[in-house]
Amino acid sequence: MTTTTKDHAELADIFNKDEERVDWHDETLWWIRAKRDKSVHQLPEWEALREAASNIKFNVLSNLDTYLTAFEAAAKANGITVHWAADAQEHNQIVHGLLTENKVTQMVKSKSMLTEECHLNDYLATHGIEVIDSDLGERIVQLAGEAPSHIVLPCIHKKKEEIGDLFHMYLGTPSNMSDPQFLTETARGSLRETFLTRKVALTGVNFAVAETGEFVVCTNEGNADMGAHLADVHIACMGIEKLIPKREHLGVFLRLLTRSATGQPITTYSSHFSKPRAGQQMHLVLVDNGRSVQLGRKDFRNSLKCIRCGACMNTCPVYRRSGGHSYHTAVAGPIGSILAPNLDMKKYADLPFASTLCGSCSNVCPVKIDIHDQLYKWRQVLVKEGYAPTGKKIAMQVMAATLASPTLYHAAGKMGRATIKYAPFAVNNKLNPWYKQRDMPESPKESFGEWYGKNRSKK
Amino acid sequence: MTVGLFIPCYVDQFYPGAAIATLQLLEKLGVNVVYPPNQTCCGQPMANSGFEHLTGGCNRLFIDNFSGFDYIVSPSGSCVLHIREHLHDDKRPAEAKEVSHKVWELTSFLTDVLKVESLPSRFPHKVGVHQSCHGQRGLHLSSMTELVAPSFSKPGSLLNMVKDLELIELDRKDECCGFGGTFCVAEEAVSAKMGKDRVADHLKHGAEYITGADMSCLMHMEGILKRQGSKVKVLHIAEILNSEG
Repeated sequence: MTTTTKDHAELADIFNKDEERVDWHDETLWWIRAKRDKSVHQLPEWEALREAASNIKFNVLSNLDTYLTAFEAAAKANGITVHWAADAQEHNQIVHGLLTENKVTQMVKSKSMLTEECHLNDYLATHGIEVIDSDLGERIVQLAGEAPSHIVLPCIHKKKEEIGDLFHMYLGTPSNMSDPQFLTETARGSLRETFLTRKVALTGVNFAVAETGEFVVCTNEGNADMGAHLADVHIACMGIEKLIPKREHLGVFLRLLTRSATGQPITTYSSHFSKPRAGQQMHLVLVDNGRSVQLGRKDFRNSLKCIRCGACMNTCPVYRRSGGHSYHTAVAGPIGSILAPNLDMKKYADLPFASTLCGSCSNVCPVKIDIHDQLYKWRQVLVKEGYAPTGKKIAMQVMAATLASPTLYHAAGKMGRATIKYAPFAVNNKLNPWYKQRDMPESPKESFGEWYGKNRSKK
Repeated sequence: MTVGLFIPCYVDQFYPGAAIATLQLLEKLGVNVVYPPNQTCCGQPMANSGFEHLTGGCNRLFIDNFSGFDYIVSPSGSCVLHIREHLHDDKRPAEAKEVSHKVWELTSFLTDVLKVESLPSRFPHKVGVHQSCHGQRGLHLSSMTELVAPSFSKPGSLLNMVKDLELIELDRKDECCGFGGTFCVAEEAVSAKMGKDRVADHLKHGAEYITGADMSCLMHMEGILKRQGSKVKVLHIAEILNSEG
């Protein structure tokens, strides 16, 4: 994956050069958001479910240490080998170590945003290990040499014609073939070969149950099951926040997850893994990578409730019109913009500003994370930590001083209106980003304050 | 009942018509309205940009201007929400709290406090309503499509009292217009695209006017309409409710 020094606004500006593509991206994701609306409106208890999920996760986060140790003990008793990773580097080393132990240089992997966050594929590639992603969307972006642009729909930014070209190049399909059915069959055939020949399969984890030491993996393609069931070694990687206390709580989360993600009542495959089958090794890597730091940030703790459904991305009007790659982080969109600065404030200082704070994300969130409020709060933290550009800092200081003084404010207002009226060239130029695609407001002959002074104040 | 009229800075400077209509409408409904002349801005432009720590001056000024009124009413959901959620003054915490609890957005003041059930207004046009996000999701001026909850609209119910006015339906009832305060310049490309899309939804359904309870979103859409050479106009909801055409 290539890293970038451009910020969200610059990358989104590039994405917007092709307006037709922006329209297509926006409409595709809006269609999914509409499917979600239709699906949730069929459940009168929807808001109560969200509240329940939020409370369960609140309990988990408040007692994370207890639940983690209980989970570890139960998982070990089931015969699962449990590993702990403090950060991405340690996680990657653990996975690599398991591959080396088993003398394996090829691995099949189903979707795991955690491994994207840790850049596992890149790490393993530099150590001579070939990883094939088995989720269709992930396989497509992998062939394209790109990162997923969405956590649930990794190649939602690609048109079927572009996928046809990739398959022509890498999987030997005829050129100019973009029929989705044909392309899916081709991918299926190619992946079947992979499933049958890989000794090690890696999966993510959607929910880990503290009570029973088992974990649940949700996919719509059955690819996690194909990999894990055929391999001698199953490695599952999870962030430590994926825990839920009891098996009975799955009833809440499984109902919320896919309705929020795609509008389906439930994922096609919700597979429960509790112990290795005879002769199989089952490893579970529990990863912190900044999560306990975020847990300690009172204002941002709730972001760890996230179950990675992607609803906030689908509904976000900014995400829909900027594309996932503009967020230059593994988890894009509104929730990613809260998670990323926790990992690296300097690198991701732009992301909490990539929002109009419209609040739609908080409304669709199945675990009721106060997403837009956290974005507002991150802005305050980032500015105080010194990550605001100097120009902006000066402009804000001047603005604050002007608006704190009625005399200065009235003078500046008069001057501003006069400039627009008598010297429009001073504002109607390319240095003014407002003017690029929008006209400036007309300048009235008097402000309301002036009108009121003349007409009403002596009344 | 004495109401302090809070006119946001950009409305004062660029849209005095919206402010005059707000004042006249409230007076028409029998309210005693006072406009404190030393008011400037709620401080939101700094706060939303991450500079909430620079809003002390605006906060003090706001409390000085608006302490002591029975209600404070403003034709802007966004500025009202900012005062409700963020107004504070370490030296006068009780006063700050009192002021922030007394501030109302115009349409919710009309429906919830004055309990207006009829208006003498007439506006014979096809009108599209833009549900500004801060008013809608922050102040609950209308129901939100994301939530499983009964549907309602305070601006909509008021517009339905206006004679000969025809409200149009939109494909996306409550999509953001992309203004977003300093977002409109910091993220120019996405902001403008959102605005164009928002305007297109109204045009597609035959709007002659686009209205709403927040002039800032309307200013954004007006800028786009004018650039496109469109004849469709924007009017603040107060101007329509006050209209006797």
